[in-house]
Amino acid sequence: MGTTPPNDEQERDKTFTRRSLIVGGGMTALLSTLVARMYYLQVIEADRFLTMAEENRINLRLIRPSRGKILDRFGEPLAVNRQNFRALIVAEDAGEVEETLDRFSQIVAIDQETRDRIIRDIRRKRKFVPVTMRDNLTWDQVSRLEVNAPNLPGITIEVGETRHYPYRSLTSQVIGHVGAVSEKELTGDPVLELPGFRIGKKGVERQNDLALRGTAGRRQVEVNAMGRVIRELNRDDALPGSDTVLTIDAKLQVFAQQRMMGEKSASAVVMDVHTGEVLALASVPSFDPELFVRGLSTQEWRNLINDPLGPLNNKAISGLYNPGSTFKMLVAIAALESGIGPGYTVYCPGHMRLGNHRFHCWRRWGHGKLDMRDALKQSCDVWYYDVAWKVGIEKIAEVARRFGLGERVGIDLPGERGGVVPTKAWKLANIGEPWQGGETLVNAIGQGFVLTSPLQLAVMTARLVNGGKAVTPRLTRGFHLEDPLAREQPPVQGPFPDIGVSEHHLALMRDAMDAVVNERRGTARGSKIEEEGFEMGGKTGTSQVRRITKEERAAGVIKNEDLPWHRRDHALFVGYAPTKSPRYCCSVVVEHGGGGSKAAAPIARDLLLEAQKRDPINRAGVRVVSLGSPSQGS
Amino acid sequence: MAVFDDPLRRDHQMTLAERFWHINWGLLLVIAAIAGLGFAMLYSAAGGDWDPWAKRQLIRFGGAFGLFFICAMIDIRFWFRCAYLIYFGAFMLLVAVELFGSVGMGAQRWIDLKVMQLQPSEVMKVALVLVLARYFHGLQVTEVRRIGPLIWPILLVLAPVALVLKQPDLGTAAMLAMAAGAMFMIAGVRWWKFALVGAAAAAAVPVIWNFLRSYQKERVLTFLNPERDPLGAGYHIMQSQIALGSGGVTGKGFLAGTQSHLNFLPEKQTDFIFTMLAEEFGMIGGLILLGLYFIIFVYGFAIAFRARNHFGRLLAAGLTVNLFLYVFINIAMVMGLLPVVGVPLPLISYGGTAMLTVMISLGIISSVSVHKDVRIPRRGPSDGW
Repeated sequence: MGTTPPNDEQERDKTFTRRSLIVGGGMTALLSTLVARMYYLQVIEADRFLTMAEENRINLRLIRPSRGKILDRFGEPLAVNRQNFRALIVAEDAGEVEETLDRFSQIVAIDQETRDRIIRDIRRKRKFVPVTMRDNLTWDQVSRLEVNAPNLPGITIEVGETRHYPYRSLTSQVIGHVGAVSEKELTGDPVLELPGFRIGKKGVERQNDLALRGTAGRRQVEVNAMGRVIRELNRDDALPGSDTVLTIDAKLQVFAQQRMMGEKSASAVVMDVHTGEVLALASVPSFDPELFVRGLSTQEWRNLINDPLGPLNNKAISGLYNPGSTFKMLVAIAALESGIGPGYTVYCPGHMRLGNHRFHCWRRWGHGKLDMRDALKQSCDVWYYDVAWKVGIEKIAEVARRFGLGERVGIDLPGERGGVVPTKAWKLANIGEPWQGGETLVNAIGQGFVLTSPLQLAVMTARLVNGGKAVTPRLTRGFHLEDPLAREQPPVQGPFPDIGVSEHHLALMRDAMDAVVNERRGTARGSKIEEEGFEMGGKTGTSQVRRITKEERAAGVIKNEDLPWHRRDHALFVGYAPTKSPRYCCSVVVEHGGGGSKAAAPIARDLLLEAQKRDPINRAGVRVVSLGSPSQGS
Repeated sequence: MAVFDDPLRRDHQMTLAERFWHINWGLLLVIAAIAGLGFAMLYSAAGGDWDPWAKRQLIRFGGAFGLFFICAMIDIRFWFRCAYLIYFGAFMLLVAVELFGSVGMGAQRWIDLKVMQLQPSEVMKVALVLVLARYFHGLQVTEVRRIGPLIWPILLVLAPVALVLKQPDLGTAAMLAMAAGAMFMIAGVRWWKFALVGAAAAAAVPVIWNFLRSYQKERVLTFLNPERDPLGAGYHIMQSQIALGSGGVTGKGFLAGTQSHLNFLPEKQTDFIFTMLAEEFGMIGGLILLGLYFIIFVYGFAIAFRARNHFGRLLAAGLTVNLFLYVFINIAMVMGLLPVVGVPLPLISYGGTAMLTVMISLGIISSVSVHKDVRIPRRGPSDGW
């Protein structure tokens, strides 16, 4: 003290004060930037950050909708969901994972591979994420696991659903199956991306997939930074898919499949001639849809697709065959509409000569003199050659189209094929050659270019016997709606427009087809239905697979039975019943079955008889499921 | 009371009771308010539980509170005398941590004292202010304005800064340097010298960049652009800003901060505790805390202005700047205004050493207040104390 001049002391005070104020001001300014930043974050941008915080914590999870059932016309379940019990393990609750696994394997056997997979999954995933231990536990295993729950910490049972088809291969041609969603099938609907979600791949499952699928529910859960679910915030339950009621009669379908089981490859359709409701749509061989549900091995898949008999094809809608003589009704109608009366007679010597070419009748020695009715009854080819030559292929094609041939008839099932009704223009466009006269004759007896599916033949038959109405087939009767606004009922069928064939002409055909089955010398005489009131009418057909050469004919035609199977003729039959007031029609194609009368007609007889017997009118105590009533199946 | 106000008596010896009654009780109230807020936040950080943080912090605060009183009642001349000793001790601790310290988070920062983890760099924050206050106390204004007398204090600053940088602890080193810079400024060093140092520092940036550890570079780059790596290093900054912003004006409510409680927020009990407060109590809560800190800073400078000895003035101002740096760096960091550096929020963040440093600083500031009228000659107190 004292040595310092006082002015220095004052100077120092002043400097200190000034500088302190500057530093203090700087501090205040910096604090103000903090306040400004706080204002920016918490006021200006608050909404944005609030959204981000909510996105952080809220996780949207989908709830799988339960797939709708598929029922037959009487409510019999054809596709249902079966509970699938799965054992899951949550590592953080399991304590000693190895020990818990040991105890678990005493109840449910798990092989070393599964065990390794479980351990691997547990290591890979976060500790609170459940890992699937085993699928498809039996009820017995589930109850034993539940009883032992105290010894199995961290193990929970989850109930899932798997598709189950009670009739398996007997209905699989119609119902199809479900399968895992492929890359191509992703439409942006998030439900498709759920692990293990199944969609319809074939048949009705595919056709009505959207209705069956239902609507996914949504669950909002709060999660933490690790993704652990803290609690559920909100829940919209899933809307189960609509139960789909088919026109199919399960028992008739099963009957049809089993009736044809003896054949290597065959298909059949039974349809209501007035409504177009398909009661049975059978195709053998068939496949087991449960294979697809559990997942096929590559080998199993190869076997199925490489099978020459095409078990995955529904031949009733996608198989195309020469209709053979079943086509003759249409030629007869073409003749009637061209002014050729039913009394028009032709002498059949067993063949007809055109230019220097001979067209043979199936009966080498000929039928003699025949009118229209006899020609159909005995299926004389020469009568039809003669008539066809007179009316021409264009007229025949025009009539065939009116009866539903030549294009898809539009059944609500994927995979239908359209077939061919040839005309001169068609040949030029598709084969590039002009029409030849002889081809008119060949096509008039259902050989050559004309191709039809069994379904089309059934539709043709229906239109012949239902008064000339343009009936179209359908499989879906309706939906049991859980959500009436979300789905549309299939449009009500009918009344169908008239196809413009005179009732007189149709009556002639019905009478002739009656004669085919029920009169002496009729080609299907052997398949007559004896039961009073159930009688059927119909027409046989044989579709040539090979061409019979001149030399072969000269040497004597080899009998079908002596040929290798794949070169034998296809056997066809179309029929309707009862003859007095037709209700059901049926078409049967037995591939390489030989003659229609021998191989196909008996099947059609049995199907038509069974269909009539199963008609609720003819049996007591059966109630038809009316649309809109709750489902009866499980 | 008139007796205590007698400058002559204060100039010499004060009784313990006198000193006790001269402690700045208003300041203490603000400190208690901030600490109370801290306990509440630690209680919330544990999901509504006193364990594991709030209870232990409360016990520590009790201890630190005692230390505050001791520091406040220690004669300012003791602090003056011991300044170099304390500085030397702190410096030796820094050397020791370099040699024997534990490695945490990739840096050597801690000395394990069994009772607590000691962070010598925290001690150095107080020691450096003490030693600079003492040095500038002995300089005349004319001397401060020359270059020669500045060489020694610059060395006093650079030595610990270099050691802390080597740990490496960028945040603490920067705080030491900034606090020292503020003291140079208050002491009256010419402005152009700061400009020169500033320019030199800017020129040195590329050189320093090469000495930075990769995680430090990462932090700086991430700070400059948080979206650069939203799931990695930028994640903490992004989540902190989301938490803050989503709190809005009024906050989500006590114990209801989703970002904090669902663990989107890192280190919510230590460095990011302000974020949690601002999420749960909104901008209002944040402003209240900033306001309380501001009151402390005002107290600090007011005490500095009132002090009659230059040592006390420099000491109070320097320690206040130090406290300010804690607050500013921490909050600016969680708001994304500064890179992520490990600087705790005084009196709020969970942690022992920082709590001690802050309470000792506040105690020494109070000591300046208590001994505001004590005169200290330029060459040191001559009396026999």
